[in-house]
Amino acid sequence: MLRSDLGEPMNFDFSEDQKLLQKTARDFLESNAPLALCRSVLESNETYSSSLWKGAAEMGWLGAVVPEEYGGAGFGHLELSLLAYEVGRALAPIPMSSSVYLATEAILLAGDASQRERLLPPLADGSTIGTYAVAERRGPVTPGAIETRFENGRVSGAKVPVADAQAAQLAVIAANEAQGLSLVVAHLDHPSVTRISLPCIDGSRDQGRIEFSGTPAERIGAPGAGAELLAQIQHRAAVLVAFEQLGGAERAFELTREFCMQRYAFGRPIASFQALKHRMADMYCALELARSNAYYGAWALHHDAPELAEAACVARISATEAMHLATTEMIQLYGGVGYTWEYDCHLFYRRSQWLGLLLGSLPQWRERLVQALEAS
Amino acid sequence: MDFDDTREEAEFRAEARAWLEAHTTLRQPDDAPEPGMGDEASQDLVARAKDWQGIKADSGWACITWPEEFGGRGASAIQNVIWNQEEGRYRTPPNIFTIGQGMLGPTIMAHGSPTQKERYLKKMLRGEEVWCQLFSEPSAGSDLAGLRTRAVRDGDDWIVNGQKIWTTGAHYSDYGMLLTRTDPGAPKHAGITYFIVDMSSPGIDIRPIRQINGATGFNEVFFSDVRIPDGNRVGAENDGWRGAITTLMNERAAIGGGGAGLGIKELIQLLRTTPYGDGVALDDDGIRQKLADFHARSTGLQYTGYRTLTALSRGQTPGPESSIGKLVGAPLRQEMAAFALEVLGAAGTITGGDLAMEHGAWQRMYLTMPGLRLAGGTDEILRNIIAERVLGLPAEVRVDKDKPFSEIPH
Ligand SMILES: Cc1cc2nc3c(=O)[nH]c(=O)nc-3n(C[C@H](O)[C@H](O)[C@H](O)COP(=O)(O)OP(=O)(O)OC[C@H]3O[C@@H](n4cnc5c(N)ncnc54)[C@H](O)[C@@H]3O)c2cc1C
Repeated sequence: MLRSDLGEPMNFDFSEDQKLLQKTARDFLESNAPLALCRSVLESNETYSSSLWKGAAEMGWLGAVVPEEYGGAGFGHLELSLLAYEVGRALAPIPMSSSVYLATEAILLAGDASQRERLLPPLADGSTIGTYAVAERRGPVTPGAIETRFENGRVSGAKVPVADAQAAQLAVIAANEAQGLSLVVAHLDHPSVTRISLPCIDGSRDQGRIEFSGTPAERIGAPGAGAELLAQIQHRAAVLVAFEQLGGAERAFELTREFCMQRYAFGRPIASFQALKHRMADMYCALELARSNAYYGAWALHHDAPELAEAACVARISATEAMHLATTEMIQLYGGVGYTWEYDCHLFYRRSQWLGLLLGSLPQWRERLVQALEAS
Repeated sequence: MDFDDTREEAEFRAEARAWLEAHTTLRQPDDAPEPGMGDEASQDLVARAKDWQGIKADSGWACITWPEEFGGRGASAIQNVIWNQEEGRYRTPPNIFTIGQGMLGPTIMAHGSPTQKERYLKKMLRGEEVWCQLFSEPSAGSDLAGLRTRAVRDGDDWIVNGQKIWTTGAHYSDYGMLLTRTDPGAPKHAGITYFIVDMSSPGIDIRPIRQINGATGFNEVFFSDVRIPDGNRVGAENDGWRGAITTLMNERAAIGGGGAGLGIKELIQLLRTTPYGDGVALDDDGIRQKLADFHARSTGLQYTGYRTLTALSRGQTPGPESSIGKLVGAPLRQEMAAFALEVLGAAGTITGGDLAMEHGAWQRMYLTMPGLRLAGGTDEILRNIIAERVLGLPAEVRVDKDKPFSEIPH
């Protein structure tokens, strides 16, 4: 499965340059995206922080993997993984996953030369926010259950839930046509588009519904190639989202540890109680397994390796588990204050579900993993 | 980030492979499995292991990380990993020398006298003398510093009385590394002395203990007026805890998640071939979910290992964070074995004959993993290590630490 003939990998880490980029990102987010920013979006009617989005664009993050000829930074996916990690640590309230990991990746993967030339530059400079409009109902997204149609260059149908439906100006849409399921791209500023925001478990991020009625659209990729493309896009995005989850889990864990060190009960820091020490040791183990699987995912994504499907699944599964564990335990270890609106624990607890459900839930990814194992 | 050896590493691998190619043959998929940790080591196996160790030593492939003055080649930790990977691919007997070479040898190097190094290390390296670790006692396991085996000075000798337990390989060992209580009036860590003991000394009685997997890998060792010359003391009188720490640190590096054996590949094979409802077990949704969970944890551990290798390759030494390997790996493999039995249904109780998968290896794994979870630090002790030494959380409250040992209740 791996390049085992040469033995096991001896350089399973990011390079110094990559770590420097990560440090720059962390510094930037520490000044520009304190947890108060996440909270302010959660408490307002905004669906994202437009100032932070602008900042991220200026830092070159949004076009990190877009080639320079299309206005991107021309980095690789290893760099983007580390940026995602930092965005995750900061609980940054911006549409990174919808626009960067999904819409941009979809056009990079399936767009032809002219589409790349037209669509990528505004995504890379942040002037256009993209989204990924695939689901139409409750439960897992199955290509067979998609009712949206694409005919004569126009798309019709209702998509729900769509992340960042309000903020986006462009959507990558799964729609059926004569040849089967295809992917199409439409601009959302057309009068035939109606959209609403829906109340969401993580109010610092957005979910909504978009209805298309004969909206002009163009196909990306071959007609009928939609199911295959969707799988590939989801695998790529899963690795990047795993890094966000890892970052969020790590930050939640660090805060929990610090809290337990300074909170006293029975005359001692609560961090000295063995029950809590062992729970933190277990959180640490989950985090390290998730980190290792995410690294593997980044490796596979960067090399477009045949192992990508399997690597994306394991990265997704253990990152989701690690963030759920860290954020669930966070509230319990904080005690009563952990359950208050005022403390930040719920920001992490909410984000963990938002990220964990965005691309489909754990049971679906476990099933995908087994399919990948069967195929290999 | 890549999966390749550096040029030097690739050259070293090629050199190792060429030597192995000339001295043994590649393992084949249908080879009978060699006994693993906690299994029984037969006379024949001990003889084969010693022969192979001698052949390696003649060509400089024994204990390669040891300095040249003790017969090694001063190899780096990463070269050692490469060597172990390569040796593992070939038909070689299991290593019965790990406790000596991996844990006790380094202790002698760090704390032993020049005479001790000269006398013992070369023969340990060649496998001519096998060693065991006489640390645990009936009332001192996790709390090792609570040990009670007494050593009393008598002229140039020490006289030892007491009992050790769980001593792996005592029954085929020539020497042991022994921790004794020499000053019961001092606090527990300050009254311990470390010795080398000849296992054929009069007064040593070795009684094998049968494990739950039916094998007798470990023993009780009784000491009745056993004489040990003072020249066999390792380190200063009452300063044995320092040497014990060296041994335990090397133990952490030596015991991993249990290494080879049945894994995900064999589990999938079992699920594919076990009839289940109208199809096979692998068709069942609940089973597929569980398989995915096992696989994600296994790869997580595997790639955590790769990250350690990367650190080794850069010349860093792995610290207490490597406890994760056994803490996650041993329970994971125990759960996987239990799951395999569950899928087999009543046939999961059958350990031999046609119905048994892999010659009963799943059942053996089920019966062996509980021991791996205890040996070299229980789950709880490993969690304490991670909590205190990796995460920097406060140490456990120790009510007995500063009391004279003789006043500690037990
Ligand atoms: C297969 C095998 C091979 C072995 N080989 C050797 C050998 O070669 N040489 C040798 O010297 N020893 C050997 N041992 C012994 C091994 O090191 C001990 O069994 C182990 O350290 C546990 O000690 P114990 O058995 O006394 O259990 P105890 O220490 O009594 O533990 C009982 C339970 O109490 C828990 N516990 C103890 N202290 C704490 C604490 N502070 N916090 C929370 N929980 C705690 C433990 O986790 C465990 O669940 C071997 C053991 C096995 C199973």
